[in-house]
Amino acid sequence: MAEIRYILAVGQAMGEEMERDPDVLLLGEDVGAPGGSFGASRGLLERFGSRRVVDTPICEASFLSLAAGAAACGLRPIVEIMFMDFITVCMDGMVNQLAKMRYMFGNQYKLPVVVRTPAGGGLNAGPQHSQCLEAWFAHVPGLKVVMPATPADAKGLLKSAIRDDNPVLVVEHKALHAMKGEVPEGEHLVPIGEARVCRQGGDVTVVTAGRMVHEALAAAAELEAEGIGLEVIDLRSIQPWDKQTVFDSVAKTHRLVVAHEAVKAFGFGAEVAAAVGEELMDELDAPIGRVGAPFMPVPFSLEQAYLPGAVQIAQAARQAAQGGF
Amino acid sequence: MSARGQKVQQARPNKNQLLAMYETMLLIRRVEETLMEVFSAGEIPGFLHVCLGQEAVPAAVAAHLSQDDYIGTTHRGHGHALAKGVDLNLFMAEIYGRANGYCLGRSGSMHLADAGHGVLGANGIVGGGIPITTGAAFACAYKHPGRVAVCFFGEGASSQGAFYESLNMAALWKLPVVYVCENNGWAEFTPQSVHMTVADVAQRARAAGVEAEVVSNDVLAIHQVAGRAIARARSGEGPFLLEVKCNRWHGHFVGDAQKYRGKEAVAQAMSDDCLARFEQELIGAKVLTAKKAKELDQEKREAVAQAVEFARSSPMPQPGDLAEGLYL
Ligand SMILES: Cc1ncc(C[n+]2csc(CCOP(=O)(O)OP(=O)(O)O)c2C)c(N)n1
Repeated sequence: MAEIRYILAVGQAMGEEMERDPDVLLLGEDVGAPGGSFGASRGLLERFGSRRVVDTPICEASFLSLAAGAAACGLRPIVEIMFMDFITVCMDGMVNQLAKMRYMFGNQYKLPVVVRTPAGGGLNAGPQHSQCLEAWFAHVPGLKVVMPATPADAKGLLKSAIRDDNPVLVVEHKALHAMKGEVPEGEHLVPIGEARVCRQGGDVTVVTAGRMVHEALAAAAELEAEGIGLEVIDLRSIQPWDKQTVFDSVAKTHRLVVAHEAVKAFGFGAEVAAAVGEELMDELDAPIGRVGAPFMPVPFSLEQAYLPGAVQIAQAARQAAQGGF
Repeated sequence: MSARGQKVQQARPNKNQLLAMYETMLLIRRVEETLMEVFSAGEIPGFLHVCLGQEAVPAAVAAHLSQDDYIGTTHRGHGHALAKGVDLNLFMAEIYGRANGYCLGRSGSMHLADAGHGVLGANGIVGGGIPITTGAAFACAYKHPGRVAVCFFGEGASSQGAFYESLNMAALWKLPVVYVCENNGWAEFTPQSVHMTVADVAQRARAAGVEAEVVSNDVLAIHQVAGRAIARARSGEGPFLLEVKCNRWHGHFVGDAQKYRGKEAVAQAMSDDCLARFEQELIGAKVLTAKKAKELDQEKREAVAQAVEFARSSPMPQPGDLAEGLYL
């Protein structure tokens, strides 16, 4: 197994799938000769030509819907939305069209569209280039939403997404793009909807995804010294999400913290917390802890003071470990 | 003349083709009249938009399409789907929300689709279908050479960003798509003069680098320009926009009292009867007789009545099946 960067794993997944299936193609701004704003498609234009690596005009709303129409007519487009913030101009395409075309047309169409988009803070990119909007899409029936946290998952989840006949939104955290990790060469598929227990522990379950997985692991290392064992679950996919793995863990630890970089209010953690409250209340020995960004836009300056991370997770986990009803 | 200055030969329609177009228009007319009736009687819930007065456009355009070409349509899309050849019974069952309708009763009138006839769907979002149909054309160019996509919409939709964005991509990539704008002068309750500065949507198309032509609500004129545009698109010469100046006979939706539109204006709109004109022309040209016209009319009325009976006696979807197939 080779150790490669996350962004390279994304490119590898696209290259392998385009090699495997001539109906797979990539659409987006700067994806051709420049290789994508973050370098994900480097080398793909040379390998597959401009028919399959398509530089689009700056019209996310329409090239997203164009991909939906092309998918209904037999193609398997991958759409790159340069920053997740820009997906807001695609809300009709994402929510009214792509998500609904299968259901509202009575299952007549397959919509194998992958929408890849870098999200999150850490680059001082400011309020309009740093958001985590995954919960918006997890709220829409018809879409799947995955958030790979490691280079291996970046490849394996993207390959699964490309082969999926449903629309899948793949949220890549920008701060992870440069991260290195072991990635299996060739065929490597990570099923959508299966969480990964990335660290076992007996005291508090931390449910998270994306960049915050690494923050949770850092918090776990810190709390080990204090004698608190964190079980860290990387959801990997937030729609659908792996209830069973979360419930099994909570049934063991009896304490839960949910953590994400998106603002705490109405984030995916709220759904996880609510489901545990609804179905597993008897198992809980302490109130559920929630970690997320404060309810405000991502600031340009003092971004580090804004972003939630290991410190907040450790604090919430400590509280859960010590607290009770 | 095409973009490259070559003349694309366009044969004039023969007798059978003329009659086929006439029959399509007649069918659309009778379907829409019947739908107005049964909707007003409370048989169908929701919203219903009819295309009475605009029957020439779908009939003339679809005359150039085959079953595996694609069309994308709008909330006012019954005529387009019928002209593309959907089954009348399954069409009616869907509008009645029945389990055996094209979309299992999930779409109703406003989102009707039939993959078997390349009907990519009506759309409840004004302008929403334009990039989707452009995507169908993208797929034609990529994978189904020789096929085309036709995108129907109203002049109101041409103010959406998606209109310009789609035409720009279609022009850039020479996609085999023909945009057909039915300019009926009204967007809901607002006349064109209130929401557009230019008189012709064609002008907007040209600004995006798409050739365009404006014609009146005349089935033969539409047939001729559509034929040229579709032939060009099939041969890889790129997109075209055909704008038809027509009239919306009735309110925006069935039940709209049209308080915003004077009685005289309505009467004037209704005096533009593309079907009656075509019938007279065909009789004048001895392609049709008054007797034959009567027979065809009777035939369409019976077919529509049968479809309504079929829909009425079709089963409703079961609550337990509501979520079936949401994900593959
Ligand atoms: C995005 C969006 N905005 C507004 C509406 C409400 N609406 C439905 S039809 C319509 C007018 C459309 O006019 P036009 O495109 O000219 O089509 P016509 O109804 O004349 O056939 C409006 C505003 C809608 N359905 N979708």
